[in-house]
Amino acid sequence: MIIGEVIGNVVCTMKNRHYENEKIMVVQPVSPDGKKSGKTILAVDGVQAGPGDRVIVFDEGGSARIVTGNPEAVSIRTVIGAIIDKVSIGE
Amino acid sequence: MKMGKVIGRVVCSEKLPYFDGLKLLMVQPVDENRDEFGSPLVAFDTVRAGEGDIVMYEGGKEAAQTLPNWFNPGDASIIGIIDNLNIQGGGK
Repeated sequence: MIIGEVIGNVVCTMKNRHYENEKIMVVQPVSPDGKKSGKTILAVDGVQAGPGDRVIVFDEGGSARIVTGNPEAVSIRTVIGAIIDKVSIGE
Repeated sequence: MKMGKVIGRVVCSEKLPYFDGLKLLMVQPVDENRDEFGSPLVAFDTVRAGEGDIVMYEGGKEAAQTLPNWFNPGDASIIGIIDNLNIQGGGK
């Protein structure tokens, strides 16, 4: 799992059938203190996240199928599984 | 999933039987501003993408599962053509 910040979404008319009716967000991976780390990724939204939300992203197929609730969606790998309220380190 | 731009086609006459009839495209990874980064890769096309399209692609085992015969050694697959990229604040 990684921490990221949702910065937008993408719209696709043509997509693989496993992705039909799924909301796809653009996520910027961030470090625990909120700094950007690495390039943006795309993730299927399982928790109604929106731009500005800090989220937990799963990058594993089995977890993705659980989050989307669709065991048939075998080609989905990256999903948003939680919206983070707070990260505390060494407090 | 990651974003990329289709920059060309790859044609192979000699290939594993798993890949018969499948289209291969060259994909250049891009970021949220459509700026290129990293090295291009070869990916299967499952959505009839063409040169110049901004697409989303997946890597690993899940890429193989997008194909009709899921038992294949592919490791990158285009799974959607991006029509609209909405970035908070308008991006660049």
